[in-house]
Amino acid sequence: MRVELDGEWVTAVPGQTVAGLLLARGRVSWRTTRAGGAPRGVFCGIGVCHDCLVVVNGVPDVRACQRLLADGDRVRCQDGAELPS
Amino acid sequence: MVDVTVVGAGVIGAACAEALSAAGLRVLVVDRADPACGTTAAGEGNVLLSDKPPGPELELARVSRALWPELLAHLGASAEWEPKGGIVVATTDAGAAALAATASGQRESGVDAVALTPDQVADMEPLLTKHITAAMHYPEDAQLQPVLATVALLTAVRQRGGEVRSGEAAVGVVTKGGAVAGVRTERETVPCRIVVNACGPWSAAFARAAGAPIDVLPRRGMILVTAPLPQSVRHKVYDADYVGAVASGDADLQTSTVVESTQAGTVLIGSSRQRVGFDDTIRVDVVTELARKAVALFPFLADVPVMRAYGGFRPYSPDHLPVIGEDPRLPGLWHATGHEGAGIGLAPATGRLLADLVLSRPPSVDPRPFRVDRPAVIAA
Amino acid sequence: MSSVVVVGAGPAGLAAAAAAARAGRDVLLIDAESRRGGQYHRQDLLDTTERFPLPPGVEHLAETVVWAVEPGRRLHLLTGPADGPGRRRRTVDAAALVIAPGAHDRVLPFPGWTLPGVYTAGAAQAMAKGQRVAVGRRVLVAGTGPFLLPVARAVLGAGAEVAAVLEANRPRWHTEPRGLAAGLAKAPELLGYLRTLAKHRVPYRTRTAVIAAHGADRLESVTTARLDERWRVRPGTERELEVDALCVGHGFTPRLELAVAAGCALSGGFVSVDPAQRTSVPGVYAAGEVTGIGGADLAAAEGAVAGLAAAGAPVPPRLLRRVRSLRRFAAALDRVHPVGDGWREWLTDDTLICRCEEVPYRALRAAAPGARALRLTSRAGLGLCQGRTCGAAVADLCGLPGDAFARRPIAAPVRLGELIDEENE
Repeated sequence: MRVELDGEWVTAVPGQTVAGLLLARGRVSWRTTRAGGAPRGVFCGIGVCHDCLVVVNGVPDVRACQRLLADGDRVRCQDGAELPS
Repeated sequence: MVDVTVVGAGVIGAACAEALSAAGLRVLVVDRADPACGTTAAGEGNVLLSDKPPGPELELARVSRALWPELLAHLGASAEWEPKGGIVVATTDAGAAALAATASGQRESGVDAVALTPDQVADMEPLLTKHITAAMHYPEDAQLQPVLATVALLTAVRQRGGEVRSGEAAVGVVTKGGAVAGVRTERETVPCRIVVNACGPWSAAFARAAGAPIDVLPRRGMILVTAPLPQSVRHKVYDADYVGAVASGDADLQTSTVVESTQAGTVLIGSSRQRVGFDDTIRVDVVTELARKAVALFPFLADVPVMRAYGGFRPYSPDHLPVIGEDPRLPGLWHATGHEGAGIGLAPATGRLLADLVLSRPPSVDPRPFRVDRPAVIAA
Repeated sequence: MSSVVVVGAGPAGLAAAAAAARAGRDVLLIDAESRRGGQYHRQDLLDTTERFPLPPGVEHLAETVVWAVEPGRRLHLLTGPADGPGRRRRTVDAAALVIAPGAHDRVLPFPGWTLPGVYTAGAAQAMAKGQRVAVGRRVLVAGTGPFLLPVARAVLGAGAEVAAVLEANRPRWHTEPRGLAAGLAKAPELLGYLRTLAKHRVPYRTRTAVIAAHGADRLESVTTARLDERWRVRPGTERELEVDALCVGHGFTPRLELAVAAGCALSGGFVSVDPAQRTSVPGVYAAGEVTGIGGADLAAAEGAVAGLAAAGAPVPPRLLRRVRSLRRFAAALDRVHPVGDGWREWLTDDTLICRCEEVPYRALRAAAPGARALRLTSRAGLGLCQGRTCGAAVADLCGLPGDAFARRPIAAPVRLGELIDEENE
């Protein structure tokens, strides 16, 4: 599977979550908070805390730890609160 | 010694207590729970003129709209006061005609209502649907955070020597010679000559316990809250049937869209009106209907998550006018209730009017439409 | 009308589904994850071997969230990739409903806990077991409870170094002879964990905690300290330790929103059930961590009881005895791993309590009293997680009941467009 990660096309495997791919590539944060601009990544890892948000195919507020990657997905960092594009 | 006991620490009770304590009366506020935890916490924080047709409620609303910023400045509180203005849009030709007629009547009552061209609307609300037939701007519509406002009012009461008791339910009144001589709480009897029933949707129950039943009923309202967003909706935006829903007496579900953003970034989508007693379980048909209408107004919302729904009970009288005044059947028992979904907006004028009447000052608005002894309120 | 509907495919839900199916009922098993197993039996998502084959009669709806429950056991579902948009909407009326959504880690706040690189213990385990990735190279595991041990082993298994395991309590097992006896069957498992730690020379320290995390944009080091019985820091015992990941767990929080939406009575922060796992609402059963934190074995036993009861089948006394015995062990385990109130002293004014809305401790102290007013004036618990993460801590700090934030009529985020899509079954 090929997916786009912040503008770069990379290989992913079936069953991999967005968070699984990001952590495997050495990333620990991929979102900023909207008030403090602080970096965040995985915290709870099981879909509870909503800290690991990413934008998938133009839609923000997707939990990276829950979202399974699909071939052709375009994933990018989420900058605070974003509108869908 | 207590002069007045206000039963209910919601925004109406707090506003009455503030106005009475400002006039020098010693005020006790009792609430069975914590302040501002009932209907007050369950609303959008609307301070509106746009949704009211000409009539007594609009008069009360105009006085109240002028009082809120004065009062907050006087109390040194911001309460997230935001005079952001409202925009009412119609999406059908019939809706456009009704909107124009309502606005014309409101203008005669002194309300600022400005018809907008399509370009002006697009400029003021870039993300609004282009499929509209008319739009009206109400610059005076405002918003505040009702819990913060209530806390500020009660703080002022305490600073003037008043007392606010949480977690102490009032269970009735004591009378002497056919007039109020005190209030009974679950803990003690507090002697006082005046008791103000500001129990909102539960004011019929307190009135009954006091021996002077009034007809005030709960109406369920529900609001959806989206995930936090960047600035996207700049005004309070309604569809034109909002006015109709407020005035209706049907038990069936009614929704009319109100979409607005809050300072926290969330967008509030209201509001439904249902007569279902005190049933507070979620109704998915209501959620769906609110969503459908909100997306019709703001198509970008389709991909935005709703994270929360909250709701509460709005107190209404069968003729949909507030009840403000002394009960002729029991001197010393006063009511300040029945504000339906407009209590936040109408609170300061209600407090002011009640204090005017208690102190025999010239009233700030004509009190007669709100009197207790009208057929809709006192069952024959 | 569907037959028995089970929400949650962890130990309790799997057992409930199997039991109800064996009793001859059709079962619909609903779970948010793509694979069955729940947190404890999390399957490797990169390996398609199925460890939990379904018995005949059970239909599994994977990647499905229950976003609302209406009276009359009516469930509103969305099926599809997590968080949508475009998930399939569906409504199910359950003849009998078994609620088994489990629990998630409870983490007490401390300065620096919002830094990337600080994880819940469950996150480290989920990433290791489900995605074969270690959350760091040099990992510290801290908190309280026996769950820290399998987490440390999972982190080791994913190829990371474990700097230490810090247990804030010093479990006083000699005070719990009956509970200990009830849990003897777990001894080999425990010894296995300890052997693994010993083999990798991982220190295990009791009465020790992480009281602060440090770093610029990510975790670089932590401050550890020795604690007294109430978890207050013993002055002078603070030490800096360089790690690139920290996994913390202070017990578990039950996922109550579905039970609350269904109208089930709570008691002590958990769903009240009778010996047949019946809740206060007719036709609604609950099993597993939502009825009390007790681990996978107890959850499975409760699930089996709930499945049989929901199917209208008799529950063998042997099974009920097993539940009672495992509950004794769970209660003892809970008593020897209390959360000491000294953790409040680890906080500073600036420590964020609510991660979503970035609400500092200072703002919580200034907020109005009462659960609803407190939330609206401080904004704690009003973010996307809806108080799931901070709720227990906020309740503790502000003197509210532990389940003050459990009411969430929208039980999972739904995109507005998904709400208005016509239902297609």
